[in-house]
Amino acid sequence: MACLVNSSAFAFSSSSFPYPTPTTLPIKNMPSKQDALRFPPAWKHRVTTRQTFSSDKLSPIKSMQVHEALPEGLKPELMPKHVAIILDGNRRWAKEKGLSAELGHLSGGRVIMNIAFLCNKWGVDVLSIFAFSTENWTRPKEEVDFLMGLFEEVVQTYMDEVTRYNVKISAIGDKSKLPEPLQELVATAEEKTRGNTGLHLLVALNYSGRYDIMQATKSIAGKVKDGIFQVEDINEILFEKELKTNCAEYPNPDLLIRTSGEQRISNFYLWQLAYTEIFFLKKKFPDFNEEDLIEALSSFQKRERRYGGNNT
Amino acid sequence: MENKIESYARSSVGSLVNHMRRLLFRVLSTGPIPNHIAFILDGNRRYAKKQNLGEGMGHRAGFVTLMSLMKYCYELGVKYVTVYAFSIDNFKRRPEEVQSLMDLMLEKIEGLLKEESIVNQYGVRVYFVGNLKLLNAPVRDAAEKVMKATANNNKSILLICVAYTSTDEITHAAQEAIDEKWGEIQESSKASIAQNGEISQEKHEGNRTIKVADIERHIYMGVAPDPDILVRTSGETRLSNFLLWQTSTCLLYSPKALWPEIGLRHLVWAVLNFQRVHPYLEKRRKQV
Repeated sequence: MACLVNSSAFAFSSSSFPYPTPTTLPIKNMPSKQDALRFPPAWKHRVTTRQTFSSDKLSPIKSMQVHEALPEGLKPELMPKHVAIILDGNRRWAKEKGLSAELGHLSGGRVIMNIAFLCNKWGVDVLSIFAFSTENWTRPKEEVDFLMGLFEEVVQTYMDEVTRYNVKISAIGDKSKLPEPLQELVATAEEKTRGNTGLHLLVALNYSGRYDIMQATKSIAGKVKDGIFQVEDINEILFEKELKTNCAEYPNPDLLIRTSGEQRISNFYLWQLAYTEIFFLKKKFPDFNEEDLIEALSSFQKRERRYGGNNT
Repeated sequence: MENKIESYARSSVGSLVNHMRRLLFRVLSTGPIPNHIAFILDGNRRYAKKQNLGEGMGHRAGFVTLMSLMKYCYELGVKYVTVYAFSIDNFKRRPEEVQSLMDLMLEKIEGLLKEESIVNQYGVRVYFVGNLKLLNAPVRDAAEKVMKATANNNKSILLICVAYTSTDEITHAAQEAIDEKWGEIQESSKASIAQNGEISQEKHEGNRTIKVADIERHIYMGVAPDPDILVRTSGETRLSNFLLWQTSTCLLYSPKALWPEIGLRHLVWAVLNFQRVHPYLEKRRKQV
């Protein structure tokens, strides 16, 4: 990493130039190697087949399958490594159709499974879904109870398929506040799929961006108290390791999709969205289909990501 | 003679336009007006290329646009305006570009101190937000001078983010909060040992945990409330490490116009969208 930086075009003798340069910038400001597409193209060859970035776990056969399965117009080397989705609009969709809110959520649940399957097929490594926010507890009790029941049902129903498609499940969020049966179910699902090497599905249950940052701060404070490191050692890389998304190979989303036309983050990932491309869709979530996902991915592939620096 | 007529025509059209604008703002004010608008000034270099201006002229054009947009915001009644002037990531650019940006910033910061500047016209208090240690001494000194000179203004507030990234801000706030808490714990344990050798377990635990308020006390942007609208020009829909902590319920608006091309109509459109979602967000804010 250091040798790449030194040989980069930006290397400049710091004695004559008073500002931080990439060579003198504190290391905490460098993008981490793990986040694919975060490497500014000028620093590294714009090669890239999937194999260059991903780990040794990816076999040539799987990479071939990925190339074959991609719909037309999408380039395999520009596929996002981590896609995040805010599933908004279930209740409004149900209201429009004259159905109950519960049916809206049910339809939404089915759509998530389709998307997870498509992402797995097309070689996305991590998929995050904003299932339940820390702020959703203020909803009516019947709806909250229904949602908890729905999560249990979905996990139980799709357990076999998930295992068959080699999907790894992780639940991020404050699981201690969830009902006991759901906690156990989620823990079992995580345990069972721990060794899977396909799509990594991050389900945000009782999660919010601010909660994540606060728990990371508390965890670091605890470590400082225990003498594991000093206050001066705290930097961005250390902080990022304490966030819940660190369990994934690619913790920061490359693409965030939000349905139902609302243009805000609603306390989903905050730190992690620093360089994420955001795609807003006017359709409500139960209407989200394969074409919309392709539209989001192709919009992502057309974007020019500069990370504050220069274009190629 | 012709010149007199021309200039008269120009000034009367100008004042007509001003009146129309003030009327439009009066109409908008019947609904809720955002308290805080943040801008990401993206697209200056593309604008310079498009208009065949010289290198670095795009940023100058961008500055002119910034001044006019600030005027519109303050006339509309927006109390806080934040701009993303220079990111820590921007140090990665070519050294000549970084140097010219620093020179431009120094020139404009010193310009703010002049009598006729917008700061004095609208009673604006200026804050420079970010890791100012990364700037060179002249720019940092000029910034501090402006902050001191405008400290008594209270009609509106301008926050200029230089050498800023949100992840740096959050890390710094966490560091300060932990440092402060650590100091408190050490003090209180020394004091309690001196007194009676024991403090109740719950009080100990309660004082030890870091809360959201501790972080918000140390965050650079703590002088302003969370933004209501975040505008990013040039059509890119991303945050680029700007105000991540603060924009959790903020309306995101990304017009395709490049920053120097942005105008009143974009601001009005953003405010209208804000007025549409405001009742729902207020309700949510009260619930949480």
